[in-house]
Amino acid sequence: MPETVELGFAVNGRPATVRVEPRETIADVLRERLGLTGLKVSCDAQVCGACTVLVDGLAVSGCTYLAIDADGRTVATVEGLATDDRLSPLQQAFIDEAAFQCGFCTPGMLMAATALLAENPTPTRDEVVAAIDGNLCRCTGYVPIVEAILRAAKAAR
Amino acid sequence: MIDPRDPGRSAVPSPIGERVPRRDGVAKVTGAARFTSDLAVPGMAVARVMRSPYAHARIRSVDTSAAREVPGVVAVVTAADLADVHLYYGHALADHPLIADGVVRFAGEPVVGVVAEDAITAAEALELVRVEYEPLPVVTTVEAALAPDAPVLHERAAEERPHRGFEERIERDHPNVCSTARQRWGDIAAAFDGADLVVEGTYRYPISYAFAMEPYTSIASWADGALTVWSSCQHPFMVRDDLARCFDLPQSRVRVIVPFVGGGYGSKSYTKIEPLTAALALRARRPVKLALSIDESILTTRGDGAVVRIASAFDLDGHLRGRRAEILLNTGAYAENSPLVGRKAANRIAGPYRIPAVDVTCRVVYTNTAPASSFRGFGAPQGNLAGESQIDEAAERLGLDPLELRRRNLVSPGESLWPGVRGMDADLDADVCLVAEQLDWWSPPAPGRGRAIGISASDAGSEPVTTSVVRVGADGSVTVTAGSTEIGQGSSTVLAQVAAGELGVQLERVEVLQSDTAAVSYDRSTGASRTTTLMGLAIAAAARDARDQLVGWARDTLAAAGGGVEETHGGVLADGTFHDWGAVVRAWFGGAYGEVIGRGYLRREGATAAMPPFWEIGCVGVEVSVDEETGRIRVERLVTVGDVGRAINPQLVESQDLGAAIMGMGMALGEELIWTEEGALLGGSMVDYRVPRASDIPAVTTLLAERGDGVGVYGAKGGGEGALNPVAAAVANAVRRATGVRLREAPFTPERVWRALRERDFGDG
Repeated sequence: MPETVELGFAVNGRPATVRVEPRETIADVLRERLGLTGLKVSCDAQVCGACTVLVDGLAVSGCTYLAIDADGRTVATVEGLATDDRLSPLQQAFIDEAAFQCGFCTPGMLMAATALLAENPTPTRDEVVAAIDGNLCRCTGYVPIVEAILRAAKAAR
Repeated sequence: MIDPRDPGRSAVPSPIGERVPRRDGVAKVTGAARFTSDLAVPGMAVARVMRSPYAHARIRSVDTSAAREVPGVVAVVTAADLADVHLYYGHALADHPLIADGVVRFAGEPVVGVVAEDAITAAEALELVRVEYEPLPVVTTVEAALAPDAPVLHERAAEERPHRGFEERIERDHPNVCSTARQRWGDIAAAFDGADLVVEGTYRYPISYAFAMEPYTSIASWADGALTVWSSCQHPFMVRDDLARCFDLPQSRVRVIVPFVGGGYGSKSYTKIEPLTAALALRARRPVKLALSIDESILTTRGDGAVVRIASAFDLDGHLRGRRAEILLNTGAYAENSPLVGRKAANRIAGPYRIPAVDVTCRVVYTNTAPASSFRGFGAPQGNLAGESQIDEAAERLGLDPLELRRRNLVSPGESLWPGVRGMDADLDADVCLVAEQLDWWSPPAPGRGRAIGISASDAGSEPVTTSVVRVGADGSVTVTAGSTEIGQGSSTVLAQVAAGELGVQLERVEVLQSDTAAVSYDRSTGASRTTTLMGLAIAAAARDARDQLVGWARDTLAAAGGGVEETHGGVLADGTFHDWGAVVRAWFGGAYGEVIGRGYLRREGATAAMPPFWEIGCVGVEVSVDEETGRIRVERLVTVGDVGRAINPQLVESQDLGAAIMGMGMALGEELIWTEEGALLGGSMVDYRVPRASDIPAVTTLLAERGDGVGVYGAKGGGEGALNPVAAAVANAVRRATGVRLREAPFTPERVWRALRERDFGDG
């Protein structure tokens, strides 16, 4: 067995400690050790964005981000977006605009949009498109997703 | 709830035609939605598969001894370990072994399965398996597979199965032809002999990949000789039937459960990895999860590529006289659903036009590539590129407006495209005019831009074999069971709307249970855009049955002897007093409990006797620009018309149309899987397979044409695939008008366009 190391980080505001192999990705650890299956793995090659999570506020691809690199950092996943069972404005906007069909890309899409809105609360349409250009959606044709993110930005103003 | 303005009625408004929010919304935006890949069952082990590196080879020997010794390995399985299992499955032709049986027919075919405590152990054990292969000659193109000296891919005759989706026997005229489909009517020789113009050409449609973002995943669990499978599949009942056959079980001892599905688009139709997962679990004596990667999913199912030779004959005034076509589909190593894809390609290439004579042959050809099967619109886009390109080519040569030429040939409402089929249940002329208006067809585009309009009509492959159960409880709440799968299309929302509308109850009081073969009643499939139409009718019938019973119950218990009971919206009037359905249930059972059970059966009779049950229309317009330096096409504008009869939920229909059209744009512009002559898939991951991104999306207008002309509830008919079908041809026709270049091989990559532009300017290709 390869050696394991202890990883300590905060996930959605709560401290977590797990022993991981250095080769394990943050996607493996979140999904299989912590039961946070909201993160989805699709292309497994950092192309599709389905596995997007935030590490210290920055959007990263969970399928290639090594778990040990998150040591001492804060990680945010889709499970942390709603507070006290209240949807975030972004989540509500996704429902209002029907910005998903199958929902497999949705957690990653929401996290990419969360990172955008944290950095730029009043994005233009082009800025929204650029922010999610690394997140593939095969169902919707993207238009409702862009609309939802713009709607959420507007709602926050 | 009683309407205060009319005490004789329920106050519940009908949700039909409303943009009600999706019912799966909260689950999907919070990460709570569970897909098969998110599930674990107690005691579950995981499997990994060793795949053939050869495209065609005999397996000389397999040595699994070292792998079996690895700590943590539960089972190592090859075909030799499955003597008690029917290895060959397939709903049309049972030609597909669930694991390689002495021969491999494509690079990537499963040869050995390893079950272990965890995925890393399984992968490490696979490294220790030794397989000796004897390479055989390889064919990867239809041309090579039909050459006189071509190796024969299938020596063994495969059993024909009843689920193939068409009535005639499977016809094969060459050892490497999986099936042949013909479509003929009229006097084709006379049509061409007397023609003023004949347009001929060869068109190629790419081998495509649906890229459902959730890879194929299954979990199989055996208990007391019964099998339970959780799977990312569209057709749980068909998967059940295949599993029952593979393992010699009564269908009732196989349970297939479908959690949320991460995209289907046809690629999760029919049986995929479920038999292999079940076989691995059988040998492991443990529940087993087999979760493929996307790279493995590409090797599991792809779309049929096509070579289409076609000729269309016209009169001087633009009337179509006849169309001849020979379609060759590259179906890869196994039949899967391609016999039906071929049948549909032959039916659909004539287009939605009044043509006196047609002669089409489609041959579905085995090659040493990954198997092809259903993919959104199947059979239609392959032929539409050829057919709709020819309409524009003819218009150009006849000096006619391509819109006008289409309008002269489109069938009228009620007119049959060919003898014996349902008359056209759409107003196609109105549809193309809607698109033209939105596209500013009659004003010239900006310099360097071109516009085109495309249309298709597909005989929806929807056999009406569908049932539903509607239960109304003592509190008036409703439980609907439906074998249709929620694959993202929104069926859980639309079917609830139908049930609420039919019973006059609040939408919030309707629950829809789906896709568990042990818990819900039979539905043939979730595909061919059938669910709203066919399951909608079954639910309406079940609701009718429930209401009829409830009216009888009210007569028995709520009205004075000889008093009147009248059905009304949301309940009954008994002696003039309104009682909602829950009150009737309570009265009949004489307490606070009980429920009524309504049954809905749909088969080929009455309104759904004629086939197809509906025509699926695709009608789009595009405006494109072309970068003459790089050959890059950009779709600048896209207009779609969803001719769906009645949109039960317009937001969902628009979303389907846009998604389908953008998928069609992907195939037009860049999506293609390429196999080398030696049988290697080039790339073979999403790094190379370029699907549309947010920055590729044009300005979009999604229109709905609601004329109530469908066979379904409230005049609805299917949508969701149609908008894909005409996009590639529309892009090609628009590029022609923008640049003068005629593109006949999709996808129209920058390289292909650039070469065509060079040829236009310098004639040097």
